[in-house]
Amino acid sequence: MNSESKESGEKYRQTGFQSFFQGRPDFHLNCRTVTGILYLAFFLILATFCLMSFSACKSGSKQNEIVIAGSTSIQPFADEWAELFMKKNSKVTINVQGGGSSGGIMAVKEGTAQIGMSSRELKEDEKDLIEITVAYDGLAIIVHPANPVDNLSLEQVRSIFAGEITNWKVLNGNDKAITVVVREEGSGTRGAFQEMVMGSRRITKKAIVEDSNGVVREIVSRDSNSIGFISLGLVDHRVKAIALDGLQPSEEAIIQGHYHLRRPFLFLVREEPQGLIKEFIDFVLSADIQSMLPQEGLIPVKTIATEESFQD
Amino acid sequence: MTRKFRLRPRAEQKVVQFFLYLLTSLAILVLVFILVVILKNGLPQLSLEFLTKNPVHMGKEGGIFSTIVATIYLTFIALLVATPLGVGTAIYLTEYTFEGKITRIIRFGAECLAGIPSIIFGLFGFILFVNKLKFGWSILSGGLTLAFMVLPTIIRTSEEAIKSVPAAYRLVSYSLGSTRWQTVTRVVLPSAAPGIVTGVILSIGRSIGETAAVIFTAGSALHLPSSIFSSARTMSVHFYILAREGISMSKAYGTAAVLVISILLINIVTYYLMGKYIRQSSSE
Amino acid sequence: MMSKSKPDDRLIKLSLLMVALTAITVLAVITIFIFEQGLPIMLKYGLKNFLFGQDWYPSEKSFGLLPMIVGSLLVTLGALLIGVPLGLASAIFLTEFSSRRLSRFLKPVIELLAGIPSVVYGFLGLMFLVPFIRENLGGPGLSVLAASIILGIMILPTIISISIDSIRAVPDSYREGSIALGATKWQTVRMVVLPAARSGLVAGIILGMGRAIGETMAVIMVAGNAADLPASWLAPVRTLTSNIALEMAYASGEHRQALFATGVVLFVIIMILNFLANLAARKQSGR
Repeated sequence: MNSESKESGEKYRQTGFQSFFQGRPDFHLNCRTVTGILYLAFFLILATFCLMSFSACKSGSKQNEIVIAGSTSIQPFADEWAELFMKKNSKVTINVQGGGSSGGIMAVKEGTAQIGMSSRELKEDEKDLIEITVAYDGLAIIVHPANPVDNLSLEQVRSIFAGEITNWKVLNGNDKAITVVVREEGSGTRGAFQEMVMGSRRITKKAIVEDSNGVVREIVSRDSNSIGFISLGLVDHRVKAIALDGLQPSEEAIIQGHYHLRRPFLFLVREEPQGLIKEFIDFVLSADIQSMLPQEGLIPVKTIATEESFQD
Repeated sequence: MTRKFRLRPRAEQKVVQFFLYLLTSLAILVLVFILVVILKNGLPQLSLEFLTKNPVHMGKEGGIFSTIVATIYLTFIALLVATPLGVGTAIYLTEYTFEGKITRIIRFGAECLAGIPSIIFGLFGFILFVNKLKFGWSILSGGLTLAFMVLPTIIRTSEEAIKSVPAAYRLVSYSLGSTRWQTVTRVVLPSAAPGIVTGVILSIGRSIGETAAVIFTAGSALHLPSSIFSSARTMSVHFYILAREGISMSKAYGTAAVLVISILLINIVTYYLMGKYIRQSSSE
Repeated sequence: MMSKSKPDDRLIKLSLLMVALTAITVLAVITIFIFEQGLPIMLKYGLKNFLFGQDWYPSEKSFGLLPMIVGSLLVTLGALLIGVPLGLASAIFLTEFSSRRLSRFLKPVIELLAGIPSVVYGFLGLMFLVPFIRENLGGPGLSVLAASIILGIMILPTIISISIDSIRAVPDSYREGSIALGATKWQTVRMVVLPAARSGLVAGIILGMGRAIGETMAVIMVAGNAADLPASWLAPVRTLTSNIALEMAYASGEHRQALFATGVVLFVIIMILNFLANLAARKQSGR
């Protein structure tokens, strides 16, 4: 039996201790308990499944459930808003997903989600969705708190991310190689950074690439020689936002139009929002929530919209 | 092997033995280190509250209850689908056909499936279940994707278990006038049950630990799932997000400890079950 | 025993056959999906540009996968350099040189560790290994070396347990014969046992290799993911799997298709490995 089992066994992948009983010639006992356990387990599974599908039917046609999906930059904020909304309306469930701006856009188009979140402007072929700006977000260039450098010119930032300046010494910092940390291709944050800072210049290939602002912050907070960019709203004590051309990034600086690195946070819907979806969007745009935004590092929609009209 | 060289091989053996000892200790130390770090940092985080409260503020506060529920649902669905398919395949391969072209194709399929990286399963599940079948990011999509991921394991272990049922059992059953199906369901499967259970338990472990395939198909909503069509975040995905984004290291360790302990428990139960069987069969 | 075929028996057989064809069907569907999504764009921009292009700038329609292919291979090689010596040594020690009791205790322990989720390995790499490399060896810490070590440790349980099985499968008579001829234990292991177990060992190593090349989450956490040919062991690197997982969320249009093309390349590499593993396994069973 050993050799026979070996033969057939070898043909399959062996993971871990599945190989365990290969060396054991006979465990073929007709034992009631294990059969019992097997049946029991099966029925348990079945019962749960039935229960779940039942509750699925009962909770019904998703009348009181909204799925929101998209940009991981907006996700933490949307999560807070959803929590607040659900506290007010206890019968409503709002599911907030990541998935990325493009994922969110696709999800809305396909009906997987009712509201999409995008932290980048829509592309031409995506323009059939309705865009609702719910907030503006500044973009901060961050370094480790221990880094002596705290002011850079836009041109210097560009050169660093293009891979031309590779040592902090050039910038009056320590004699250490610069570790550049960026977001991945396609992300809204990277798109905004590319457009507003890099222009036509490429971001260096040597840059470390991570797939969310939280991770970029985490890495910069651990590596004293690194530099990255994240949402202004996510800057906390673990990292230091540097001044750009002498201007410290802040909500006021952005509202007053001095600090230029900003982008809109968009909610996307397929059709004119109605019912619960409209309720939620109105809730987010309400004075209650909008007045809370500055605490979280975001800029309320109204302030910018009015400023913008006579600025650009 | 002349006399002259006799001493050298002995010395060589001593040296080799020393190095083997060293490398083995290193390997085991590293593996044990991992366990110790997780448990040492994670166990203090564990409390009834941690296990029974939902996460708050992206997991910065609160517990991990919803992720535990999500993990259990997902795993149940995966096994609900994979177990009949896997056992059925094993029955077909061992009891209903001779070795030939078809069995070779079936085995080839299972082998290749076992080798496909989970990220590819994730892509596949995302296109098929989430998009084409419109299940969305949901427990159902994630569960089905996991089901196909663990299918090869269940096929393999069930086949092994069925094969080890002595031919005499079947002969006796046939000689009593049973049909083949009766023989399979009343004689072969009960005897093979422990082996099949082992495969199922192994698959539970794998489902619990999977991240890449789940994040693409079940999503990452932190909510307590209300139905199989809700999106959900499993413990592994939650841990991945907590740890990677630095949301809360203490919660990350706590989640890791729950993950590791549950997987170790599952594996130990399997061992125990198997051990019990072997003892019983040898005492008979 | 196969002769009884009543009508309903035939029905059962047919339905079981349908069930049994699931695995191969799923495999076929996966293959079709991945190729359907990934192949057109590969052909559109030229297979050569995809496989040998060095620039990955999807927004500029530049889809060179060479850094990722090299990255995957390099990291896997590194994992093998760490996992194979440690794994084989442990397997040999536990089967041939240690006391029976010790090996009976340690083998299950090692196999239990095979079940630890890969994200846990990645997390510990991030917490301990990456800072260690950054402070002692230089560079950002997130590197080829970090990814190799983490993957090497991850595949260790697989390699150890399969190697132990194939060494144990070598009949004792081989060993007795060799010892009787006056060989030392090590000579017996080196000249008799290991050659006899060779194809099993090779199959185990190839399995470990497949696991290393297919791992995603643990690698993303510690590799740094720079889409550039790594200049040294301390430079960040991106693998094929991390390329998919990193960018899938935000990708659209051709960028998305290019990620599926990455999946195609990964798929082909894995299939080649599967084929080799099969070959090795067959050799062993044919013996």
